[in-house]
Amino acid sequence: MWRPCGTFDDTYEKDISIVRTPAQWSITVAGLAVLAVLPLFASGYFMTTVNLIAISIISAQGLGILTGLTGQISLGQGAFMGVGAYTLMMLMNYLGFSFWLALPCAMVSAGIIGLIFGLPSLRIKGFYLAMATLSAQFIIPWVITNVRPDLTGGTSTINIQYPSLFGLDLSKQSSMYYVIIFFTIAILYLTRNLARSKIGRAFVAIRDNDLAAEIMGLEVFRYKLLSFTICSMYAGLAGSLWVLWVGAVNVDSFTLHESIWFLGMIIVGGLGSIPGVCFGVIFIRVLELFVQQISPPIAALFPDAIGAAIKSGLSPFTFGLVILLFLIYEPRGLAHRWEIVKHFYRRWPFSY
Amino acid sequence: MTAEDQTKLKVEDLNLSFGSVQALMDVSFEVNGDEILALIGPNGAGKTSLLNCVSGFYHAQRGRVSFEGHDISRFSPSKRAKLGISRTFQNIELYTGLTALDNLMAARHVYIKYGPVAGSFFFGKARREEVENRKVVEEIIDLLEMEEVRYRVVESLPYGLRKRVDMGRALALHPKLLLLDEPMAGMNVEEKEDMARFILDIHELWKIPIIIVEHDMGVVMDICHRVVVLDFGLKLAEGTPAEIKQNEKVIQAYLGKE
Ligand SMILES: Nc1ncnc2c1ncn2[C@@H]1O[C@H](COP(=O)(O)OP(=O)(O)OP(=O)(O)O)[C@@H](O)[C@H]1O
Ligand SMILES: [Mg+2]
Repeated sequence: MWRPCGTFDDTYEKDISIVRTPAQWSITVAGLAVLAVLPLFASGYFMTTVNLIAISIISAQGLGILTGLTGQISLGQGAFMGVGAYTLMMLMNYLGFSFWLALPCAMVSAGIIGLIFGLPSLRIKGFYLAMATLSAQFIIPWVITNVRPDLTGGTSTINIQYPSLFGLDLSKQSSMYYVIIFFTIAILYLTRNLARSKIGRAFVAIRDNDLAAEIMGLEVFRYKLLSFTICSMYAGLAGSLWVLWVGAVNVDSFTLHESIWFLGMIIVGGLGSIPGVCFGVIFIRVLELFVQQISPPIAALFPDAIGAAIKSGLSPFTFGLVILLFLIYEPRGLAHRWEIVKHFYRRWPFSY
Repeated sequence: MTAEDQTKLKVEDLNLSFGSVQALMDVSFEVNGDEILALIGPNGAGKTSLLNCVSGFYHAQRGRVSFEGHDISRFSPSKRAKLGISRTFQNIELYTGLTALDNLMAARHVYIKYGPVAGSFFFGKARREEVENRKVVEEIIDLLEMEEVRYRVVESLPYGLRKRVDMGRALALHPKLLLLDEPMAGMNVEEKEDMARFILDIHELWKIPIIIVEHDMGVVMDICHRVVVLDFGLKLAEGTPAEIKQNEKVIQAYLGKE
């Protein structure tokens, strides 16, 4: 490991702190300042995108903990977001909860459902576990649409009343942004801590060698379930913020499609890296928007039938291609590129 | 019998089979006080299987394992680790994606009490416990002379150093019984001498019983107090190194004539 030049730790306290050099402090402060003033300069459309990315980062960080750190694959992240979203909506609309009270409840309910769907991980691994979590992605939307459509609205959209915060109305993208980005930054901070704590080490130990981990005193089953729970609590938070973002909830937002995109984001970003996950989310979300923008003009160049196919097919095609290219050429993801840049900067001008 | 001579580990009539392969047959022995016990025997004799039964990775079909007077035969591996049984692995089973330091810190797990919420905030108790345990781990890093590789990801370390990290991780658990499965296999003479020195240092410092599986009879003679010989799952002999060297059966089955 290469650390910032000239930094020598005289105590272990310092050695385990996150932000260590003055340069890192300035970058952190500058970054936060930019985020704070962003809505003053950006358009509503831009803020909509920023909000989507910020929400996706929360969910993807959850999946990053489960898949990247603990090595358990889940194809249900979208569905767990749905659990959070619907819990929030129902608590607000039928029980009169405020958004702020419903939010933690939504996280807990998503956490419990995630824990239940994580139970198969005690017996099965890898591909089989992926199939087991896939069942969440079928069962949960089915329950939402069919069990109590009078409450969940079935397949139709249900609105919520926009919350407010200290009298500030949160119905505009530029104002809800502050709530969303607050949670995103908080989640990044908490995740970073969790990853370097006893818990994070246990997760990676299980990922790298679960048999040795058990023999070295780790209750592997407890940690796997904990990882599933944390992952889906993050999803519950993201799902709740999604409801705020749209102002409504619809089951179509939480499909298998979304779950796979989340896996794609953490693969592109680099499994097990927190900044990597952020890069991955931004990369995929921006790519998605870009493809949405360019596919109508491209489709217009072709006859109707082919044009329609291009319009609907370009996005999944690009996504598939990007994942494939990353798996082949940079399996360690954007995080690895980032490390290379950082090392170069730290050792400059002595490149070797 | 003084306190030092107490029976730490007692293995009684262990039977373990894999299908038709009988890996262990009625194996019994004891480890007392703070002795260093060598477990020797030809390839496939059942040495690793025996350690696996003690650390809980295998459950014997018949027989009993007791540690400090308690029957632990049905305990899970993690529970045995908490009781103070720690081990290294013949084929090095490290957490390859973690640094050497974090491999050792991960083994401190049983001593670190804070939970996921405290871990997420990393204040107060969590930070204090991290620092305390870091100090313990640094002592072991010192002892095994691995300061240079602290922050290296284990995957990138050469074989000899990985063996050392494996040893460090076993020690980080602060065991009351240490099981070493061929700690010197595949090492050159110099590395073997280092490792033997480390084992003696630890023994001197902590006064704990150690079981070593080892093929190099020179090492066994030098550092072990007693020897148990296995052959095809059977206990062939038991005694001091000098006795074992003279034992006809052992010479025939394993040592060969000089
Ligand atoms: N998990 C397993 N499944 C099937 N057979 C096994 C298993 N583990 C061990 N055996 C068999 O049990 C016997 C004893 O193996 P073990 O690994 O304990 O020998 P060993 O004395 O450690 O040998 P070595 O010196 O080669 O390490 C061998 O015949 C081996 O094939
Ligand atoms: Mg062996």
